[in-house]
Amino acid sequence: MNRPLRLFIDIGSWLITVAITLIGLAALTFFIGRVLPIDPVLSIVGEKATPEVYQKVYLELGLDKPIWQQFIEYLGKLLRGDFGTSFSTSRPVLTDLLNFFPATLELSTIGLIIGVVLGVPMGVASAYWHEKWPDHLLRVVGLVGYSVPVFWLGLVGLFVFYYLLGWVSGPGQLDVFFVGVVDRITGSILIDSAIAGEWEIFFNAISHMILPALLLGYYSLAYISRMTRSVMLDQLSREYVLTARLKGASEFRAVAGHALRNAAIPLVTVIALSYGGLLEGSVLIETIFSWPGIGNYIYSSLFAADMNAVLGGTLLVGVVFILLNMLSDVLYRALDPRSREFAK
Amino acid sequence: MSVTPDLVADPKRAVRAARWAEFKVFTRRFMRNPLGLVGLVIVVVLLFCAAFAPLLATHDPYLPSLTDRLAAPSATYWLGADELGRDIYSRILYGSQLTLLIVGLVIVTSAPIGLIIGAVSGTVGGWVDVIFMRITDVFLAIPKLLLALAFVAALGPGITNAALAITLTAWPPYARLARAEALIVRNSDYVNAVRLAGASEFRIIVFHVIPMCLSSVIVRMTFDMAGIILTAAGLGFIGLGAQPPLPEWGAMISTGRKFIFDQWWVATVPGIAIFTVSLGFNLLGDALRDLLDPHLRQRK
Repeated sequence: MNRPLRLFIDIGSWLITVAITLIGLAALTFFIGRVLPIDPVLSIVGEKATPEVYQKVYLELGLDKPIWQQFIEYLGKLLRGDFGTSFSTSRPVLTDLLNFFPATLELSTIGLIIGVVLGVPMGVASAYWHEKWPDHLLRVVGLVGYSVPVFWLGLVGLFVFYYLLGWVSGPGQLDVFFVGVVDRITGSILIDSAIAGEWEIFFNAISHMILPALLLGYYSLAYISRMTRSVMLDQLSREYVLTARLKGASEFRAVAGHALRNAAIPLVTVIALSYGGLLEGSVLIETIFSWPGIGNYIYSSLFAADMNAVLGGTLLVGVVFILLNMLSDVLYRALDPRSREFAK
Repeated sequence: MSVTPDLVADPKRAVRAARWAEFKVFTRRFMRNPLGLVGLVIVVVLLFCAAFAPLLATHDPYLPSLTDRLAAPSATYWLGADELGRDIYSRILYGSQLTLLIVGLVIVTSAPIGLIIGAVSGTVGGWVDVIFMRITDVFLAIPKLLLALAFVAALGPGITNAALAITLTAWPPYARLARAEALIVRNSDYVNAVRLAGASEFRIIVFHVIPMCLSSVIVRMTFDMAGIILTAAGLGFIGLGAQPPLPEWGAMISTGRKFIFDQWWVATVPGIAIFTVSLGFNLLGDALRDLLDPHLRQRK
C-alpha cells in the first residue's frame, strides 16, 4: 500500500475509535440519567408534583418513545450542545459548564506544571540512585501522595497554612472585595487580571491559588515521579547509556541528554493521563476551597438533585479525558518514529 | 534436614513439600522488605481493629452526649469527641468495619467480573474481544470518582450503592490485565495440548487461563484496595457513601469540616486513619508486586 492511503486509513480508524468511545460515554450518561433511576420524571419534579406537571415532563423527556429512539434523540441534543437545563441555576447546563470550566482548567494546569517540574526530576533521581537512600526517600514521598485522601489534605492545609500560619489566603478564588472587579475575558483569573493590569488582584489570586494548586501538584507528582522512575530505570540499563559513558560523556549528559530524552516519549503519555486525573482530583479539592469550577458545580448540583447538571459535568470531564487520551496517542506517534512502523 | 519425599510413591506429599519450600522462600524474601512489612503490620492491625471493635472501643460509637460536644482529646475521649459528643476513637474503630466492608464488596465483585471478561476476551478473540475491549475502554476513559459519583447520584446514597458504583468503575483494569495474560497463554503448548485432548473453550478458560491470570490480579487487587478506600472516603465525604449515624471515615471528615479551625481533631483523626490504611495497602501491594509479578521476576 502506498503511504498516503495508509495514513488515511490510520487516521480514519483512529477517528472511528474516538467516535465510538464518545458514543459509549454518552450511552453511559444516558443510562445513568434515564435508565437507572426507577422513575426519571419523579427525580426531576419531586414527589409532590401534580399529575399535569408529571405528564408534561414525561412527554418532554420523550419517555413514551422506545428506548433506542430516546437515545438517538439524546445524542442529537448533545451534538447540538444541548445538555438540558440546570434546575438549580435555571440556565442551560452548557452555559454553566463553560462558565465554570476555565477556573478548573486554570487550577489543574498550574497543578500539572508543579507536578511535572517536581515529579520528573524526582523520578530521575530515584532511578539514578536506584535502591539507595534517595530512591527510598522519594518513593515514600510518592507513596504518601498516593495514599493520602486529597480532600483531607486540603482541610489540614487550610488549617495549618491559612489559619495557624496565615501564609496563604483562604477558600475562594479572590478576596470578597476583589470579586467581579476584573472583566472576564478568558475566564482565567490570573490572565484576566494581568491583562487588566490589576497586579494587586493578580497576587491576591496567586495567594488563593497556591495551596490548592500545590495539593493538586502533589497528587499528580506521585504518579508522574513513579512512572518517570520506572521508565528511567529501563532506559538507564540500556547499552546506549553505557556507550555514552564509555565515550566520556559526563554523568549529567548521559542521564539528562541521553536517557531522559528517550524516556521523554512515554512520559508525554503519562503527563497527559495525569492531566485527566487532575480534573478528577479537582472535584474534591474545589469543594474544599470553594473554587468556582466544574467540581464545585457538580458538588452543589448533587445536593440540589440536579441530574442534568451532574451528568453534564461528568460528560464534559469525560470528553476532555478522552480527548487527552487521544492527544497523548497522537503525540506518541508524532514523537516516536518507531511506533509508526507497525501500522500494517 | 528434611527428607526429600519420593515423588512416585507419595506425589501429594511431594507437592505439599514443594509448596511449603516455595512459601518459605517467599516469606524470607518478603521479610527482607521493611516497607512491605510495615504495610503488612498496618493491614493486620486494621483487621484486628475491625474484628475486635466492640472489645477495644471505650464508648458506644452511636451514643450522643451533648455535654461533651467537641471535647478535646483527653483521658476519657482519647481522640476527642465529635459534634454530638460521640467518642471519635470508638467511631474510628467501628468505621474500620465499614471500610473493610466496602473494600470487600468491591473486590469480590469487580475482580471476578474483570477476570472473566478479560479471560474470555483474550481466549476467544475475534468479535467478542473487540466488543468487550471497546466497552472496557469506555469505562476506562471516564474518571473513576466522577463516574461513581454520577452512579450514586442516580441510585441514591448508601453503602451498598457506593460499593456498587465503585465496582462499576473498578473492573476494567482487571479485564485489561486478564486479557493480556490470556493472549500469552492462549497459544502456549499446554493449552494447545488440552485443546487437542478435546477440552471445551469453557474448560480452557476456567481451568487453564484464569489460574494463570491470578497472580497479577492479586497484586493489582492489593494496590486497588488503597484506591477503593480513597474513592469510598471521597464519596462519603461528598455525602453519597455511608449515611449518618454510621461512622464512615470520609463522612466523619465531612462533618468535622465545619470545625476544622477550632476543633481540628474532629476532621483530622479520621483522615489519618484513611491515610494510614491506604498507605498500608499500597506498601503491601508494592512488596507483593516485587515478589509475585511474573514479569518483574523474569527480569531479575
